[in-house]
Amino acid sequence: MPTLIPPVNALDHIIGVPNATIELVEYGDFQCPYCREAFFVVKQLLERFADRLRFVFRNFPLAESHEYATDAALAAEAAAKQNKFWEMHDAIYNRQSELNEALLLRLAADFDLDLRKFADDMESPKLLSRVEADFESGVRSGVNGTPTFYLGGKRYNGDYRVLSSFLDS
Amino acid sequence: MLQKGAAAPDFTLNATPEKTIHLKELRGKNVILAFYPADWSPVCSDQMALYNEMLPFFEKYNAILLGISVDGAWCHAAFASARQIHFDLLADFEPKGAVSRLYDVYEEKTGISQRALFVIDANGIIQWSYLSPVNENPGADGILEALENLKTN
Repeated sequence: MPTLIPPVNALDHIIGVPNATIELVEYGDFQCPYCREAFFVVKQLLERFADRLRFVFRNFPLAESHEYATDAALAAEAAAKQNKFWEMHDAIYNRQSELNEALLLRLAADFDLDLRKFADDMESPKLLSRVEADFESGVRSGVNGTPTFYLGGKRYNGDYRVLSSFLDS
Repeated sequence: MLQKGAAAPDFTLNATPEKTIHLKELRGKNVILAFYPADWSPVCSDQMALYNEMLPFFEKYNAILLGISVDGAWCHAAFASARQIHFDLLADFEPKGAVSRLYDVYEEKTGISQRALFVIDANGIIQWSYLSPVNENPGADGILEALENLKTN
């Protein structure tokens, strides 16, 4: 069974309770329609298991299939530099059908980000290598498409639409 | 399916209507053969779409990736162009499935290749092989691990 490499660590984007008993990690692509569907599933999980779930998002942009996947990943990472990762993450999935470079800039403005810093960060090789490192860790962890989920460090091979009932059992 | 230690059977197949690939001519490079059932499966979970993103990683290991299915060269051409696939897709088309049979990964009942991976070293010896359930995308972690092992050996 493929396992998460590396395990969740301080570099990750983490949401939920610190003393969580359930750790859910997603490798996702911001332009992937299935990831958008999964986004709403995860939202519900975060509400339903609010007292025991933490969720981690790692980038897995299928750049050859999705024109704006890498830009969107960079935008989320650039927003993270200004403590707005999850706002950007949510907004991109909510408005996925409008996704392009202009939308990413509009969202940055909506969140009152320092736009010059945001633009600089989006161009920074450091952020790009972070996104690439996420991708490589995904491949090593056995990601074979998007979205791929890990529960407690083990790949979840089931349907993400039934994660809720899976967590119940 | 053929296993580690076997010599990789040689073949010549069309990559496009005009271009053929002769396995023997790739000696000196590691070769990844990815047999798959058919072009045109859904994108986000598609094995070939994933491998398309992986080419820079494979290059680091002096490895060249070849996809193989029983689809014809024109079908491959349309698929590669629609999905912007940047590696060769070989047509195991006539006689149908002949190369898949050589590697013992042909599914007689349905007339398609099984989902099978082979890593062949620079001397033409199979160093790793993996047969995946047909509806399960095997990902690339096994390939990377095999290539890494080649490097250290």
